[in-house]
Amino acid sequence: MEKTTENKKKSLSVFWDEFSSSNFLVILLAIFTGILLGGVLVAITTNEVYDAFRVSIWSGLGTALRTAWNTYVALFTGSVGDPEKIRLAFASGDQLAIRRAINPFFESLVQSTPYIFGGLAVALGFRAGLFNIGVEGQIFIGAATGVWAGYAIEGLPTIIHIPLAMLFGALGGALWGFIPGLLKAKTGAHEVITTIMMNYIAFRLVDWLLKFPMKDPNEFTPKTPWILETAKLPRLFDTPIRFHIGFFIAILMAVAVYYLLFKTTWGFELRMVGSNPNAARYAGVKITKTTILAMVLSGALAGMAGANEVLGVNYRLLPAFSSGYGFDSIALALLGKTHPLGVILSSLLFGFLRNGARSMQLAVGVPIDIVSILQAVILAFIAAPAIIRTIYRLREPKHKEDLVSLRSWKG
Amino acid sequence: MTTTTDAQIEQKSQGILKLERRRRITMGILFLAAAVFIWLVFASNVEPGMETRFMMNPGGGSAEAADWVFPSLAYLNMIAGILGLLGAFQIIRGFGKYTYGVLALVSILFIFGFLTWATAGGQTNLAGLLRVMVVRAVPLTLGAMSGILCERGGIINIAIEGMMLTSAFVSTVFASLSHSLIVGLLAGVLAGGLMGLIHGWLSIKHKINQIISGTVINIFATGITSFLSSKYIQKVEFQYLNEPGMFPQINVPILSEIPFIGPILFSHNMYVFAMFFFVIFLTFMLFKTRWGLRLRSVGEHPKAADTLGINVHRTQYMAVILGGLMAGFGGTYFSLGSSGRFDEVMTAGRGFIGLAAMIFGNWHPVGAMGAGLLFGFFDSLSAKASLLQVPLPSEFIGMAPYLATIIVLAGVIGRGHAPAAEGEPYEKE
Repeated sequence: MEKTTENKKKSLSVFWDEFSSSNFLVILLAIFTGILLGGVLVAITTNEVYDAFRVSIWSGLGTALRTAWNTYVALFTGSVGDPEKIRLAFASGDQLAIRRAINPFFESLVQSTPYIFGGLAVALGFRAGLFNIGVEGQIFIGAATGVWAGYAIEGLPTIIHIPLAMLFGALGGALWGFIPGLLKAKTGAHEVITTIMMNYIAFRLVDWLLKFPMKDPNEFTPKTPWILETAKLPRLFDTPIRFHIGFFIAILMAVAVYYLLFKTTWGFELRMVGSNPNAARYAGVKITKTTILAMVLSGALAGMAGANEVLGVNYRLLPAFSSGYGFDSIALALLGKTHPLGVILSSLLFGFLRNGARSMQLAVGVPIDIVSILQAVILAFIAAPAIIRTIYRLREPKHKEDLVSLRSWKG
Repeated sequence: MTTTTDAQIEQKSQGILKLERRRRITMGILFLAAAVFIWLVFASNVEPGMETRFMMNPGGGSAEAADWVFPSLAYLNMIAGILGLLGAFQIIRGFGKYTYGVLALVSILFIFGFLTWATAGGQTNLAGLLRVMVVRAVPLTLGAMSGILCERGGIINIAIEGMMLTSAFVSTVFASLSHSLIVGLLAGVLAGGLMGLIHGWLSIKHKINQIISGTVINIFATGITSFLSSKYIQKVEFQYLNEPGMFPQINVPILSEIPFIGPILFSHNMYVFAMFFFVIFLTFMLFKTRWGLRLRSVGEHPKAADTLGINVHRTQYMAVILGGLMAGFGGTYFSLGSSGRFDEVMTAGRGFIGLAAMIFGNWHPVGAMGAGLLFGFFDSLSAKASLLQVPLPSEFIGMAPYLATIIVLAGVIGRGHAPAAEGEPYEKE
């Protein structure tokens, strides 16, 4: 296509118009605003700031800024690594020192991995108009079935054992998604309630499994045996870096979900059921089948998150092993606009934030829970773009933006 | 808008009749299944000579009651027989508007059968179980009533958990600072109301999907309370912020002297009595006053309500704020009524179970309390599972209420019992 200078200028302004009314800018500003508010929260919960305000308003503001800045610097070095340390380590050439210096970065990726699986699970559900709050329970079940395949099935080569154990995890989660899906499709029982109930059933079931059938007889406390060497997801570096191939499996699953949703007829039908079930029905889409399959796939992805954790990080199952991955996944799926690529990006963001927050808690004493607060605030802004658009005086979008289409209890 | 012809209306009402019929029969089959289950699983495991002994004093009560001893097998057969009759009648004729009452009766009989079996050849402290049941039902019922208030006005409230957690935190801090339980209580209730207002602001003004808005509040509440808790009140130097005290036990004069019933119902702290009061009060307000009619009309058909001059958005704001206040009151139970301190995530999912109790109870305060009591019972039983005569792990008893919710939701309630316009933001034309 030909373009004169004038046209180019025009296209640039068109681009700016598009950009300022696009979702992308809203997301960036939502994240920015969330982080800003997090800084304010850190500042107002620090005693030194109040002491400084007693001296003068400027020293107070300065201290407040410095406190927030230090917190986020600690967060950054905790999640990516300390640049100075990395430079020194590479200069010294000591392998162990290098690995230690770059470990935070890879640890963040390890942290992101279950989020990607979980976020994809929730996103797939949303695309079909289903709100799968049951990801947490599906993760527990997937971890239990995955770890069982990891320690109980002996004599397999690694190349078979790992996919088999992951498959077991996926199947466990899929079963836990299948039940709410079936009930939703056949009886109209709303999946929000049934999946919440399935969560509690899963927690208790796994508690019981750990206490009796799956308990390591050599231990006093409820723990499963260690999984076999052949079932461990290979790590790419030596200790202390725990980065394992689960991350790549997660990326692969994201690609698969993308392909399924946007490049296959079935994915089109699924999205149609999600956005307009009546139209889908008239177009001859089998809503029952689509609903059940969507929940099964969603559960399978969640189950893989659980299996990934036991096969790649913990190597055994302990009580209360998941620190709310399932609930975080809901926020991540929405943050990623229920698009697989978006889910990867938002999972990375919160994987890095969570990992960084852990070292931040040690370094500057700001509790790790600040990540949940950021999550909630950013999510609110993304769900209600009008708030962001009002604050930053952005253009109104050209067409109505709906984050997800969910129906009420009636089904 | 399409015009509805008489034929379509005819067709629609036939569809409803068919649905009613199917629901009636499903319910009947459920009753029969309970009868068969008792007969096959419970009765067949009990030897003819066995006796069941229920102790009727919760321990420490002033009222005295003799133990209740009866032959296990005869009672089990009798219960199975009654359930069978109820099921048969339900399938053939149906109990009509008494169906839910009968469902409650069936549940009670079934649980009684379970206890009879589980205690056969031994003894169980029935009064103690029931007393704990009432206590455990309190946060669930109050949470459910918060849900009812919102949802009758057409706003889905899955943020009950977050509202309760916030209120538990705020009430702890205020009660500790002021050394007054009442101040703590009020602060907690207001904090819940504020969360309700935020829920309304997000979902009514900004028309965020109500389930998402609720999720935002839940995540935010967990984050902020845990943040402030580990920053301040869990630390030794701020210990004075986490000593709110607790509401004392009240023994109602005369009534608490009644054997068996007295200690179960009339000798608690004020939350139990408040629960009974709110259930009656809310039932009256919702179904016997103009205010309630208006609220429900907004939840069922906002357009019609608007046409009649009801301000839909204002009514919905009122509903979520009242719901928030109610959840706030329920939240203070955790800090001021049960543990006397705040711990991170101390609500432990009770808000979600309250939501289930609301649905189980068919969006009616009395039903919600029934469901709350049912859940409370299993909660109380799973704590005592090791004392039973049968080898049933406490985890499985703990699962029972969730399984029951799923079965009831799928088999009996299913579609169409929620307020009709729920979940859809109302836009004035």
